[in-house]
Amino acid sequence: MLRYTVHRVLVMIPTLLAISVMVFVIIQLPPGDYFTTYLNELQSQGETASAERIEFLRQQYGFDKSPVEQYFVWLAGLLQGDFGYSFEFNLPVSDVVGDRILLTFIVSFATIVFTWIVSFIIGTYSAVYQYSFGDYALSLLGFIGLATPNFLLALVLLWIANVYFGTSIGGLMDPEYLDQPWSWGKALSVLEHLWIPVVVIGTSGTAGMIRRLRANLLDELHKQYVVTARAKGLHPFKILVKYPLRMALNPFIADIGNLLPQVISGAAIVSVVLSLPTTGPMLLKALQSQDMYLAGSFLMMLAMLTVIGTLISDLALAALDPRIRLGGGVQK
Amino acid sequence: MTDRADLPHYVNRAPFDPLAVTELTPEQERYYTASQWKLMWWRFRRHRIAVVSGAFLLLMYLSIAGSEIIAPYELHHRHTDFLYAPPQRIHLFHDGAFVGPFVYPFNKTLDMAKMRWNYTPDTSRPQPLRFFCVGDHGGATYRFWGLVEGRFHLICPPDGGQVFLFGTDRLGRDMFSRIVYGARISLTIGLIGIALSFFMGLVIGGIAGYYGGLVDSIVQRIIEIIRSFPELPLWMALSAALPVTWSPMLVYLGITVILALLDWPGLARAVRSKFLALREEDFCTAAQLMGAGPGRVIFRHLMPSFMSHLIASATLSIPSMILAETALSFLGLGLRPPITSWGVLLNEAQNINVVAIYPWLMLPVVPVILVVLAFQFLGDGLRDAADPYK
Repeated sequence: MLRYTVHRVLVMIPTLLAISVMVFVIIQLPPGDYFTTYLNELQSQGETASAERIEFLRQQYGFDKSPVEQYFVWLAGLLQGDFGYSFEFNLPVSDVVGDRILLTFIVSFATIVFTWIVSFIIGTYSAVYQYSFGDYALSLLGFIGLATPNFLLALVLLWIANVYFGTSIGGLMDPEYLDQPWSWGKALSVLEHLWIPVVVIGTSGTAGMIRRLRANLLDELHKQYVVTARAKGLHPFKILVKYPLRMALNPFIADIGNLLPQVISGAAIVSVVLSLPTTGPMLLKALQSQDMYLAGSFLMMLAMLTVIGTLISDLALAALDPRIRLGGGVQK
Repeated sequence: MTDRADLPHYVNRAPFDPLAVTELTPEQERYYTASQWKLMWWRFRRHRIAVVSGAFLLLMYLSIAGSEIIAPYELHHRHTDFLYAPPQRIHLFHDGAFVGPFVYPFNKTLDMAKMRWNYTPDTSRPQPLRFFCVGDHGGATYRFWGLVEGRFHLICPPDGGQVFLFGTDRLGRDMFSRIVYGARISLTIGLIGIALSFFMGLVIGGIAGYYGGLVDSIVQRIIEIIRSFPELPLWMALSAALPVTWSPMLVYLGITVILALLDWPGLARAVRSKFLALREEDFCTAAQLMGAGPGRVIFRHLMPSFMSHLIASATLSIPSMILAETALSFLGLGLRPPITSWGVLLNEAQNINVVAIYPWLMLPVVPVILVVLAFQFLGDGLRDAADPYK
């Protein structure tokens, strides 16, 4: 297990490096840098910035170096927890990002827990009562959930709440807790507001997971040992729980690697619609104003969240399934 | 039971055919001699929802060809007298008498307190709609595909009246016409995107699968890295990086390329695994032994046997492209007006306070969901049909 863990962590490093290169290229993609935009802006307002000052700022932030050098400066900063400087807010990125990463983490984590619980219950039900009315109804619901884009679902829910209940379901906490330090009241308020984004973001992932669990469980239930157990008079519930369900649960952990990018991706846009104080709206704003360091840091952190999540799921899977830690790759 | 001894001795006079058992019925004959594609088609036909979805999508794509004719108004025409007009219902009966499809014109009053126009239907004056008509109303003139000028429409508003099936927007533009025109962009972006990603997946996955070894592991790593990225934020960043100075056409192409850039890994992986599996098949070895070169083996023997699978999985990833474009444009990062896609239309629905008063701004959601659902069902049907021997 230790060997596997070390191997897995070592593999993660080149992945993260490659991601950081990609993110840096994206940061550099827009023509010009922040200062040319800034200069243009000043000039259009009729002000003139002294060329020396701009030059000084450029040097300060290393914009006069070659891209490769800039990349290593940026990477070295990343490793020390220095994510660069947000020109839009005139603050270090880590100050701007602050709570948002934590809230993004909370929303993603809650969504995955929600996905697990709901798909576990519904998937098991659908497989055990295959072709029953409930199975059909839930499958149809799942199909619609799979097809409805989550941000449109958010939009429609927002509209329904607004028109029929006269309330706004946007936000992640009551307004009085915004920009306040964490307290019990704030945590409770977040919990109260959490379920709507969680349901909205989780729908499509849940629908997919239900289908997978159902298919897996059906495969298992048709195997010989289940028939034998039934013939020997074991209680149906025990037959179900003892082996087939455990076997069918593998994708729950193995699929985090697929689920997590999907959840984080969904959270990005849903949080814009529901105006949640997570990374989504901030990323959008940073991209619109071409505050590329801020945007890049967000991208990097979101990618890191995914990679680490995948790592944890791989390790958990290895702990549960000896075939993986001994044999190498995931067996599908 | 009757006593066996009572029965007369029975002899069949017909000539005896020893092969009778092994002979095929015409039905079996038809099945066994059918080509692979024919079998797939038969199997696909059994999946009712998939067939209906396929027909629906075909209709939608056909509508693209004649958007100008289907839409009653030109894309950008502004009815300055009808800002935020609600959808008009089409009626058939007026005062209990059959009139044919008609609409009631609006009575317009200005609500000074809320500073908005109130529209109420004037039920005393039915205005029959015209069909297959040469329009002379405002916004009737269009340039067909931007080339030929024309005025022929499927539906025309009544003389001196208007027909807003889905209402109008902030600038008084007809929502129905805009949705019809928007299909052109929204539906093609998925097709072009998938074509690009299909090509990339085929080439890259094919190389990885055919050569194996080092090339394979490098490609595998790249695929893993791309797949570990949350797609949407990356799409957002890439499309935000498109220069603002680009023309709408270039932006459109840029977006399709960006969508394809993140979509190919899934297909490449499928191609690779199929290659690895099929490379070892007997028919492949046989072809090689008979002196077929790699090109012939790949294109003549390997490709046909997994093409159907690829097409099915490509169909399943078209909706995610359509959705991605919609999401990006909705956020204002994708396509920008004057290009009109469903996402661009939904961009107007971003402000919930506006949507609460004018809910018909959310109508572009409906075609998006319908098309995505249809593609899902079609893809499901195709996937089942892709392996007709099972």
